[in-house]
Amino acid sequence: MDFWLDPLVQGILLGGLYALFAAGLSLIFGVMRLVNIAHGDLIVLSAYMALTTSVTLGLHPLAALVLVVPFMAVVGYVLQRFLLNHTMGGDLLPPLLVTFGLSVIIQNALLMGYSADPQKLKAGALETASIAAGPVSVGVLPLILFVTAVVVIGLLQWMFYHTALGRAFRATSDRQDIVQLMGINRAHVFGLAMALALAVTALAGVFLGIRTSFDPAVGGSRLIFGFEAVIIGGLGNIWGTLAGGVILGIAQTLGAKIDPGFQVQAGHLVFLIILAIRPRGLFPRID
Amino acid sequence: MKTILTSRRSFMVGATALLAAPAILTRTRAYAATPKLKVGHVSPRTGPLAGFAEADDYILSAISKRFAEGIENNGKRWQVEIISKDSQSNPNRAAEVASELILKEEVDIIVAASTPDTVNPVSDQAEVNQVPCVTTDCPWQPYFFGRGGKPDKGFESTYHFFWGLEDVIAAFLAMWDGAGTGKSVAGLFPNDADGNAWGDPALGLPKPLAAAGYTLTDPGRYQPMSDDFTNQINAFKKAGCEIVTGNMIPPDFGTFWSQAAQQGFKPKIVTIGKALLFPSVIKGLGTRGIGLSSEVWWSPSHPFKSSLTGISSADLAGGYTKETGRPWTQPIGFKHALFEVVANVVSRTQDLEDHPAIVKAIAETDMKTIVGPVNWSKGPVKNVSKTPLVAGQWQKEGDGVALKIVTNKPAPEIPVTGQLQLLG
Repeated sequence: MDFWLDPLVQGILLGGLYALFAAGLSLIFGVMRLVNIAHGDLIVLSAYMALTTSVTLGLHPLAALVLVVPFMAVVGYVLQRFLLNHTMGGDLLPPLLVTFGLSVIIQNALLMGYSADPQKLKAGALETASIAAGPVSVGVLPLILFVTAVVVIGLLQWMFYHTALGRAFRATSDRQDIVQLMGINRAHVFGLAMALALAVTALAGVFLGIRTSFDPAVGGSRLIFGFEAVIIGGLGNIWGTLAGGVILGIAQTLGAKIDPGFQVQAGHLVFLIILAIRPRGLFPRID
Repeated sequence: MKTILTSRRSFMVGATALLAAPAILTRTRAYAATPKLKVGHVSPRTGPLAGFAEADDYILSAISKRFAEGIENNGKRWQVEIISKDSQSNPNRAAEVASELILKEEVDIIVAASTPDTVNPVSDQAEVNQVPCVTTDCPWQPYFFGRGGKPDKGFESTYHFFWGLEDVIAAFLAMWDGAGTGKSVAGLFPNDADGNAWGDPALGLPKPLAAAGYTLTDPGRYQPMSDDFTNQINAFKKAGCEIVTGNMIPPDFGTFWSQAAQQGFKPKIVTIGKALLFPSVIKGLGTRGIGLSSEVWWSPSHPFKSSLTGISSADLAGGYTKETGRPWTQPIGFKHALFEVVANVVSRTQDLEDHPAIVKAIAETDMKTIVGPVNWSKGPVKNVSKTPLVAGQWQKEGDGVALKIVTNKPAPEIPVTGQLQLLG
């Protein structure tokens, strides 16, 4: 029994990381039907921002979040208002291509600024601390990560259904044209959605940087898990995204139980099976 | 009509002479006052492998100074110019710059170092173009078999010096022997060229380990850049492993080592190839980096000196630290030795204008370098010469960490500088 319990618990915790990767993607797709190919690179960008702030100011990487999260939010708002809004329209393709270009630009800018050497955020004792819970010992960092993911997703959900901003998001999501008649500035709402998404991305980037080392090119490989989590959970459903991340994490750790070479593939297989049986994901919200 | 015809002919003659001129002119450089020989050098200056090339500037500036004085060949002084190119840690790029060096710069000898990703594509380009090539800093099996080498036939113009898998195994076993730990060993091998070679049941670690009385727990090849090692850790805990070995990249080792701590797996010895070579990686691990062990190809305490500049191992390493403020790394010695071999070959070649003559001189090399003897007539296979290998452990020294040699059984001429300490 313990034998299966441990991979299960570790898989759920890993799911927290994937859910954080995916939450921003899910949010912007939900509000404005935008597929952001540059999402992975924005995660890596946040990790580098945290590296710079924590090294120059001598801060703990988690303390650096205080600066990195608002910074990325501003980047998101500016990006949306001055670039992506110009590409938004009936067609899904132009914004997709623009974010693809953005991905290439971010990677190369990071390469020029930081070189291709792998970097890591140093979090001291936190990296190895653990709590024994019965037969399973749980790392403190993965636990913090998972709790953060749950809290972030809970907050996003609450914001969506209990605040004026959330109402504006939902209304814009339903009918972009009519909402303008009601006195809502569509461009501003989109900007806020992207700001929020990149604030979450900043969290994901910092946790990724503490967990393992990163270089300018790793963004793409991180993006795939985010996309899979969004699609497994159901497009536009934020709790679904958490579920998607956890399913992906468990699939990987249980897959590795069968054979370590099967670890990454098991995640992809589960994704394919769910896509084949329920093409709109497990808990689709958007019709 | 007739005049046009004549002028076309005379044009053809003139153009042919013009085209042929450079070929004739380069052939005549031996008659110049100080003829110049070009050496192409490919190394991963940037990218994930950049750590292997971090001492390039230090080594190359000293070597270039010595080369500018010229090297005696058949009573004539030859100036040697090094043209260095960055492979960006990418095998395709390495092949591209190698062919640029060969075809555009028309180098006479090409050298390369650091991992199969640099050494193999450069050697392949040299072999195709029949340009003499010397490489190092990559275990010989991935170099030789990775390029489709046949032990009896070998290669035409490409030569390599380094150690092999059998040496790593011998060094690791010598280190563990008598450490007083259990004989249950955990194996972590990724699904890449190195991992598959190390984990290979016939040619890798499993067979010699079993012969020496160790039991190996090998859960299977994992995908590099894995996010989770829970299952491996559980398998190791269940088998009561006290020794961990394998071949990993730093990010994977980082993930594994923090998860091992989080999940209460406490081995007594951790000896990993590749990931633990560099002081920067150990520093990144903080206190968790102390006590980890690795293979040692070269160190300041190796009792060898340069045949080119006479500098000792200790001075070469010390000079690097003095110039850059960074701790010494193992590739420094090999990068220097690479150019020692070049200088030695240049001085012995019968006719430096003739590529086959240079290749012949490489094959006949018998010299002592800063990393040990290089002699291609004694190799395990054709085109390969082996250098000595020992094993060491990262131990606390003052405020920092230092790599201490804890076993010299495979190469007794290299002194032991510390004693193996078990991990808490």
